[in-house]
Amino acid sequence: MSHTPFIWATYSIGAVVLLWCALAPLSRKKAVIRDIRRLNQLEERSGDTDA
Amino acid sequence: MNTNATTRNKDKPRKNWLVMFIHKMGSPPWFYDFSGKLVPWLWAFFVALTVWGLYLGLVRAPADYLQGESVRIMYLHVPAAWMSMLIYTSMAVMGFIALVWRIRIMEILAMSSAPVGGAFTLIALVSGSLWGRPTWGTYWVWDARLTSELVLLFLYLGVIGLYNAIDEPRKAARAACLLALVGAVNLPIIHYSVKWWNTLHQGSSISITGESSIDPSMLWPLLIMAVAVKFYYGANLLTRARVKLLEQDKRKGWVKGVVTERTS
Repeated sequence: MSHTPFIWATYSIGAVVLLWCALAPLSRKKAVIRDIRRLNQLEERSGDTDA
Repeated sequence: MNTNATTRNKDKPRKNWLVMFIHKMGSPPWFYDFSGKLVPWLWAFFVALTVWGLYLGLVRAPADYLQGESVRIMYLHVPAAWMSMLIYTSMAVMGFIALVWRIRIMEILAMSSAPVGGAFTLIALVSGSLWGRPTWGTYWVWDARLTSELVLLFLYLGVIGLYNAIDEPRKAARAACLLALVGAVNLPIIHYSVKWWNTLHQGSSISITGESSIDPSMLWPLLIMAVAVKFYYGANLLTRARVKLLEQDKRKGWVKGVVTERTS
C-alpha cells in the first residue's frame, strides 16, 4: 500500500483547518468594525438632530 | 542593615514592573494595543518554524523501518495532539482565574482558546485516522486514547456551543468556563489511557525526564513543529481576543478611537 495519499491528505486537511481557523477571526473583525462604524454614524446623526 | 536596604531597593523596580504589567493586562485598550504589536511577530515565528520543521520532517528525515513513509504524518499528528491537551489546560486555568477573580480579559482569552483547541483536536483525530489506515489497517478503533480524544473534541464543541447560546457575553463566558473546568477531568484520562488500559495506540516515545526512544533525525523536526504550533496558538488566540474585545466594548470611547484611527 502506498502511503503517499495518506500523507498528502493529512497535510492538506491540516492546512485547510489551520487556515480557516486563522482567517475566521479576520472576517469577523471586518464585520465588527463595520457594525461599530454604523453605530457611530447613527449616534452622530442623532446628536445632530438633538442639536 | 545596608545590605538589606540595597536588596529591597533592587527588588522594588522588578516587583513594580510585574504588578504594573498585570494591571495593564486588565485594561482593554492597553491589551488591544500590546497584543496588536505582538501578533505579527508570533505569525512570523510560526511560519519560519513551520517551513523549517516541514523541510526537516518531509525532506530530510528518513522513513521509519517499521512504519515506512507514513511516519511523516507524525510531524503534524503529534504536535496537534499535544496542543489539543495544552490548549484545554490553559483554557481551564484561564477559566478558573476568570471565575475566581472575575477578570474579563481572562474570560475572553479562555473563550478565544476553545475554537483553536477544537481545530487542533480535529487535526489530531483526522491525521491519526489517516495514519491508522496504512499502519493498523483501520481508520478507527474504539481504543481508550482515541475515544478520550474524541470526548475532548466534544468538550470543546460544548464550550463553544454554550458560550454562543447565552446572549449576555459575561454570563455566557462564566457558564462556559465552568464547563471547561469540569471537562478538565478528561485530560489525565487522555494522557494515562495508554498506561491504564491495553490500547492499540502506542505509548509515548518522547520523555522529558528520561531518554527518548526516537532517533534525533526524527525528534528534531517533531520538536520544531511542536514549538511552531505554540506560536500559531499565541497569534490566533490574541487575534480572536482582540475581535471579542472590540465586539464587547463597541459602545466605549476607546473602541471608537480605534475605528476612527483605522478610517483616517
